Amino acid sequence: MRTALAVLRKDLRLELRTFETVPAMALFSLTTFVIFHFGLNRASIEGQLAAGVLTVTLLFAAMLGAGRLFVAEREQGGFDAFLLAPVDRNAMLVAKAAAMFIFLAVLELVAVPAFALLLLRPALWPRLLGLMAVLALADLGLAVIGTLVSAIAIHTRARDLIGPIVGLPLLIPALIATARAAGPVLQAHTSGSPPGKWVAILALYDCVFGLVAYAVFDFLLEE
Amino acid sequence: MITLATSPALAPGKAAPYVIAAYVVFLAIVLIYVAIMAKRLRSNERDLADLKREVEQRRSVEEEQRDRETVG
Amino acid sequence: MTLYGKGLRALTLASIVTITVALVLVFFYAPLDADQGFVQKIFYLHVPLAIISLCGFVLGGLLAIGHLRTGDRIWDMRSYVAIHMALIFGIAGLISGSIWAKASWGHWWVWNEPTLVSFLIVLLLFATYQPLRFSIEDPERQARYASVFAITAGAFVPLNFIAVRLAQQFVHPRVLTLGGGNLPGSMRLTFFVSLIGIALLYATLWKYEMTAKNARMQTRRLRRRLMGEDAVRPLGRSAAPS
Repeated sequence: MRTALAVLRKDLRLELRTFETVPAMALFSLTTFVIFHFGLNRASIEGQLAAGVLTVTLLFAAMLGAGRLFVAEREQGGFDAFLLAPVDRNAMLVAKAAAMFIFLAVLELVAVPAFALLLLRPALWPRLLGLMAVLALADLGLAVIGTLVSAIAIHTRARDLIGPIVGLPLLIPALIATARAAGPVLQAHTSGSPPGKWVAILALYDCVFGLVAYAVFDFLLEE
Repeated sequence: MITLATSPALAPGKAAPYVIAAYVVFLAIVLIYVAIMAKRLRSNERDLADLKREVEQRRSVEEEQRDRETVG
Repeated sequence: MTLYGKGLRALTLASIVTITVALVLVFFYAPLDADQGFVQKIFYLHVPLAIISLCGFVLGGLLAIGHLRTGDRIWDMRSYVAIHMALIFGIAGLISGSIWAKASWGHWWVWNEPTLVSFLIVLLLFATYQPLRFSIEDPERQARYASVFAITAGAFVPLNFIAVRLAQQFVHPRVLTLGGGNLPGSMRLTFFVSLIGIALLYATLWKYEMTAKNARMQTRRLRRRLMGEDAVRPLGRSAAPS
């Protein structure tokens, strides 16, 4: 646990100093919203369409950010140092996934209001709690899969390509659940609470892949 | 079977090409796979023939040497 | 040295017999579907292919667990062959599903058939398996990472199926429901014989490929011992474990 916190703190400090990942993800999201406006030719959207646009944007931003997760370790020998230390190897999984989760949360602090401003027709404020619940679960799934896939990709030759092409299909069930859960939330004239069925599926997804990642991550770190 | 009639039944005459196409595609895929494997097996056989020749050569060289030693 | 060729002949024979019986049943025994007519016959090919393919992917994941637990690379080869075979069966399943959709609904692709859709997603995922292997040079690492992928992707298959199923709310002729109350007895029998036939075919081809790969690997080893390291030609563009 302490190891995980130490690695996490290092990553957060690194991000605060260099501002490499999160601002890029935020900028990417904003640009994507503009692109969607023109691509769909709509001034404002709601309901399932809005949920879809938001979810897809977050998905691609996450894939972008996940690619950066292990770069420092790879280029500066962080893996070797970690392997030599007498610590539980899964601490790196926990730390990196937590970092990714925090990055996504910060991203959403910027991206969701921007989305409400640029594209969303119903008011955001009454729906915020429902949306936050859905996004929190989604971020968990994105963090776990993003970390796992990034750890696989970092040792391959075409690491920027392998990450997304492996990660995106894996994330499709999460995407389905997130979009379907957020759809009713972003609908005008509704209570703004997400449907239980899809929230449950998203939670199931997080559990299953959390466990799978925890079980296999060790094998990725061996020299 | 309770269904919505969204799929009009094609008469066997018109439907046959599709059904046959499906089964033929399947067969073709399996046969193409078998052909690719056959090529690999052939090259493996050639390798083994090479190796066999090599082993025979070495054995005959050894025998020659042994003969020479016993005679000499 | 394990001999994978043992039992291959018996398995092949069993496959041929079962598939022949299945074909006879499909075209001469199973009744004509009241709704879809003759086109429905594709169902006996497409659904078994899809099911066996998905099982093959899950099997690949299980074999990969064997690899990570024992460290013996033969398990990785077993896993690779299982996934490779499942991919081939999967593509055949997708094509037959598409032909069935065209004949049935007039479109080469339909989104309201959840089995077909979740299948497409699974194939998209496993299509990355070989590029992934090919992009890792160190063979030991390649085998390990491939096994991690196989396990993750194997766990993904059932989850994906559930999610896509639930997402398709369309009421639609679920001819692809298994058994259940929808199929009359004669159709059910035909379906199960077809299923067993395709399963046997999968097992036969798996064994066939394992035999061939094993033979090639042993030949290379022999060559290496006999003629030294340089005599062994590198396998070049091969993602397969050697």
